[in-house]
Amino acid sequence: MLRDITLGQYYQTDSVIHRLDPRVKLVATILFIVSLFVVDNFAGYLIAAVFLACMVKISGVPFRFMVKGMKSIVFLLIIAVIFNLFLTPGEAVVTVWKLTITKEGIRIAMMMAVRLVFLIIGSSLMTLTTTPNNLTDGMEKLMAPLKLFRVPVHEVAMMMSIALRFIPILLEETDKIMKAQIARGADFESGNLIKKAKGMVPLLVPLFISAFRRANDLAMAMEARCYRGGEHRTKMKPLVYHARDRIGYLVMFGYLASCIYFGRILKL
Amino acid sequence: MGIIEAKKLIFEYIRRDEDGNVEGITRAVDEVDLDIRQGDFVAILGHNGSGKSTLAKHLNAILYPTEGTVWVDGKDTMDEKYLWEIRQSAGMVFQNPDNQIIGQVVEEDVGFGPENMGVPTKEIWERVEESLKAVGMYKYRKHSPNKLSGGQKQRVSIAGVIAMHPKCIILDEPTAMLDPNGRKEVIRAVRALNQVENITIVLITHYMEEIIHADKAFVMDKGHVAMQGTPREIFSRVEELKELRLDVPQVTLLAYELKKSGIALPDGILTCEELVQALRGVGKWQ
Amino acid sequence: MAIILDHVSHIYEEGTAMEVAALRDVNLVIPDGQFIGLIGHTGSGKSTLVQHLNGLMKPTSGNIYYNGEDINEDGFDRKNLRSKVGLVFQYPEHQLFEIDVFKDVCFGPKNMGLTEKEVQLRAYGALKQVGLEDEYFYQSPFDLSGGQKRRVAIAGVLAMKPEVLILDEPTAGLDPKGRDEILDQIAMLRKETGITVVLVSHSMEDVAKYVDRIIVMNQGSVMYDDEPRAVFRHYRELEEVGLAAPQVTYIMQELRRQGLEVGTDAITVEEARDEILKAVGRSRKMGGGGIY
Repeated sequence: MLRDITLGQYYQTDSVIHRLDPRVKLVATILFIVSLFVVDNFAGYLIAAVFLACMVKISGVPFRFMVKGMKSIVFLLIIAVIFNLFLTPGEAVVTVWKLTITKEGIRIAMMMAVRLVFLIIGSSLMTLTTTPNNLTDGMEKLMAPLKLFRVPVHEVAMMMSIALRFIPILLEETDKIMKAQIARGADFESGNLIKKAKGMVPLLVPLFISAFRRANDLAMAMEARCYRGGEHRTKMKPLVYHARDRIGYLVMFGYLASCIYFGRILKL
Repeated sequence: MGIIEAKKLIFEYIRRDEDGNVEGITRAVDEVDLDIRQGDFVAILGHNGSGKSTLAKHLNAILYPTEGTVWVDGKDTMDEKYLWEIRQSAGMVFQNPDNQIIGQVVEEDVGFGPENMGVPTKEIWERVEESLKAVGMYKYRKHSPNKLSGGQKQRVSIAGVIAMHPKCIILDEPTAMLDPNGRKEVIRAVRALNQVENITIVLITHYMEEIIHADKAFVMDKGHVAMQGTPREIFSRVEELKELRLDVPQVTLLAYELKKSGIALPDGILTCEELVQALRGVGKWQ
Repeated sequence: MAIILDHVSHIYEEGTAMEVAALRDVNLVIPDGQFIGLIGHTGSGKSTLVQHLNGLMKPTSGNIYYNGEDINEDGFDRKNLRSKVGLVFQYPEHQLFEIDVFKDVCFGPKNMGLTEKEVQLRAYGALKQVGLEDEYFYQSPFDLSGGQKRRVAIAGVLAMKPEVLILDEPTAGLDPKGRDEILDQIAMLRKETGITVVLVSHSMEDVAKYVDRIIVMNQGSVMYDDEPRAVFRHYRELEEVGLAAPQVTYIMQELRRQGLEVGTDAITVEEARDEILKAVGRSRKMGGGGIY
């Protein structure tokens, strides 16, 4: 059950998108999200949809992986849609009891849903095609200017990459402890909220202890391998832009420009 | 002077109660002398809590002696200016395979040490390749460590240390969490490094069958060295080992029992072949 | 009464390209009072199998009966089953969480809804059964040594008074003495209470001298299911699947192959010694030389 979470998972295959510099993919993802909020007409969404579909196709990642990642946000999606549907003032279409669905409401709810879905697909495309280490490398490099403002960029990047490495391990551990406590008659499901929260203690205490133990071990192992922060460090896989990365940037800006033009300025 | 030397090494830690008041002092390592030569395969044995892991952590400056001195490759571990050189020349592999792999991909993890040392990119790749080949994990270089077996993970950890080109590798119970196959894999890899690359090995364990190929073994108890000698010498002292919460391989125990029953067998038999050979001389069969 | 597994399979992602059979058509009867060793290497399905016995996992096909009742039938009281079939996981000390040892052991019986007094009686009894001294009862479980923690965790399951006790690698990570102590304690417990014990292990050597029966798992199926001696006769096949018979088996086989007339069924060092003494004695007669 816990293994179904695909957000932040890497799908191994070989494609142009996999080979792109992570900085390109990060910038592209941000631009894509911007584009989703820029466009406000059908043409714009059509461009975004076609663009996204092409990228998914090129990436070689099976579409069902994206859908799997979606399951975790279905709830959020429904809430966003319902709120927008009923709470947007405007021209009434249907009125049920005290709730009114407006024309504007339908429009905004639909836009919201499409944006959210595209946003999730777009960002999972990035995580599915980029190894987490690569991704943190990209972030570290992109955010390097922030070092001037004393932001510990390297440390943040290292923390993220460690967190990502340990997520699957801790999930498995959670599963194991849960089963062990169920075998001792623990109940994680029934009862009211307070009882449920109390019931989590036998799970959370061992989990925290284990996480701290692992953190301690890992810190020692890193020190034993001469880790001393970002200084003096070289890179096994330094980030170097290739021709494909420049093309990637071009494509992205081209896409954003056409989104702005067709999706916003030109009123179709 | 050997690659690792310790003189009157003492390590104490202070126990405190919940309010931070001193409850007492525990001496985890008690006047230990070690002299390990380059290229040796040394085993340190001992039951849980005998101080063997604490001792190991002194050998690459993770812990510092309370009293006494440890030299690694002639450098005093207390001297801060040698810290990184010491950690580079004495690499360390820990018990839990999950808690020492930093990389998300096998090759990235092996490259972590050289990256920290500031090795140029091209050379990192060369080192990663040769290290992974040395432990037989090259074909897994693109894999996620999470998908490997325990023995494979430990071999990756060993490769990560070799990539730093150490003179010596200290393995702190590398097999305690593995199944018998994983244990064999790891020990085989370690022996190969010792024999082919002439890397000094310090293996800390409580599995007795893992040390039969060691040049020298130390048995720890209550922080001090209770026995030392070749595995053969150690294994011939079955009763003492049992008192130290250890045991001997079944074949050694069988030879010991037979000897007690009056059959003239040499001391400290370590393998099945040796026992069969020795019995052959005795029983005059064939 | 007994646990019966009838054509039990557990297949992940059935019908897809990623199909993995964790268990494949397992048929077993576990009668009351038996001491069973469940052997297999990592990934052989042994841990999956034991999680089926107390209903933590459901078979994808086949049935499991406890005292004649199908445990996966709707309406079957699985919570009650879990107190009857006690499962001690690997590294069980990792699940300790209470502020003192005694409270932690109370967790199981408390969940069964027993009276405060009964809970405490059981916790006390269980801690005694695993041989923990009174002085540790009110200490934090995290201050104990590895071996002691493991005992506390086992007591946590024993306190539910299970009829079947399953231990998944109870000796992992312990030193040789710690290993022998735990195994001896379990053997004694079984002798005193007549409880059914299933000991999951990857070491034949460890279980050989304790168990009545060995079940060998390989790739999700039962490979051998017999008394230890009979299983060890297949030492060559065991080796092929990455398992090993006890070292004495190899010694006896090798002696036999080299011409010493020993029985090859010895499974403990003592048996091997007696067997060799007997054989050497006889060969001495034949050879005419003296060995003493």
